[in-house]
Amino acid sequence: MSRDSVLVTADWAEKNLGADKVVFVEVDEDTTAYDGGHIPGAIKINWSTELQDQVRRDMVNKEQFEALLSAKGIANDDTVVLYGGNNNWFAAYAYWYFKLYGHEQVQLLDGGRKKWELDGRPYTKDVPQRPATNYVAKDQDLAIRAFRDDIVPSIGSHNLVDVRSPDEYAGRLAAPAHLPQEQAQRNGHIPTAISVPWSKAANEDGTFKSNEELKALYVAAGIDDDKPTVVYCRIGERSSHSWFALRELLGYSDVRNYDGSWTEYGSLIGVPIALGDEPGQA
Amino acid sequence: MSIDGCGAPEQGAPLPASVDVEKETVITGVVSAEGGPVAGAYVRLLDSSGEFTAEVVTSPAGEFRFFAAPGTWTLRALSRAGNGDATVAADRGINNVAVSVGA
Repeated sequence: MSRDSVLVTADWAEKNLGADKVVFVEVDEDTTAYDGGHIPGAIKINWSTELQDQVRRDMVNKEQFEALLSAKGIANDDTVVLYGGNNNWFAAYAYWYFKLYGHEQVQLLDGGRKKWELDGRPYTKDVPQRPATNYVAKDQDLAIRAFRDDIVPSIGSHNLVDVRSPDEYAGRLAAPAHLPQEQAQRNGHIPTAISVPWSKAANEDGTFKSNEELKALYVAAGIDDDKPTVVYCRIGERSSHSWFALRELLGYSDVRNYDGSWTEYGSLIGVPIALGDEPGQA
Repeated sequence: MSIDGCGAPEQGAPLPASVDVEKETVITGVVSAEGGPVAGAYVRLLDSSGEFTAEVVTSPAGEFRFFAAPGTWTLRALSRAGNGDATVAADRGINNVAVSVGA
């Protein structure tokens, strides 16, 4: 897969604002950021209220996803360009989501909001109106999603990649440092998981590092090319960013995102946990 | 805060009542340039090895806030007014630190 087919530059994006069959979609950790200004013509998807089932803890199902995209005016043959704040964490999560439900043409805007703002590119508060469509999703592609019960059997046989910060990995912090400390019942990481913080895949301005830099990063961290890979973080959004780097940019074929992540695993009774900076034993 | 409550908290707001400053290590301050506070700056918190820990966008008054742990941290700000760094040795409670940026 070529990098250009999954990642677009801010220059490309600015030249293609308003292009036919191209829909810019902002998905942000801060769900109010869009309202204060966004890329002209972009629509918003709220990850918290629109990409999460509002009763059970899960993604929305196929019918809910179809209803959402239909209401947003996104058609099956549209090219969807996703971007957001916080180094595209939630935009990458949405990218994984669109792939999971089989959308054909989906891309990330490299650097997201941060690069766009630091470049001084235009913002608007105008909210576009898009006519509703009749979107048809595919069944979830479970080749890219890992579940709770997949994890313990994968210890020792898969590459497990923990993409949280080193302090979360070691168990010294329970959550990212811009949030009050909270979450899973226990701190630590899945035994044998290697620590490759998501941020190592990104430059300071939020763009992804080059394929050569990314490959060197994951090889040095000990990824075994012959094993399938599962990535996780706390709730599955930072790991979507690393999933994108591994599967979409580097072309590793068997990479699954464990969206239950640490908030689920760290609350399970009886599963093994490793503490400290080392991966630990299977 | 629930699992879904991951939205970046408003940076200028008073600390939520649920935050126990006896337990939390809060690192907070203002990003400023020659012309005054810088709104919309990207501030990242780097640990003692220089590794990224978190990032927030400053409020209209240039404020940022992190919940960390006691220890030495670096703050790195990127903005249209320029970039800058500051370090802080944080203890439990509120730790104030100013970050200056310039071209």
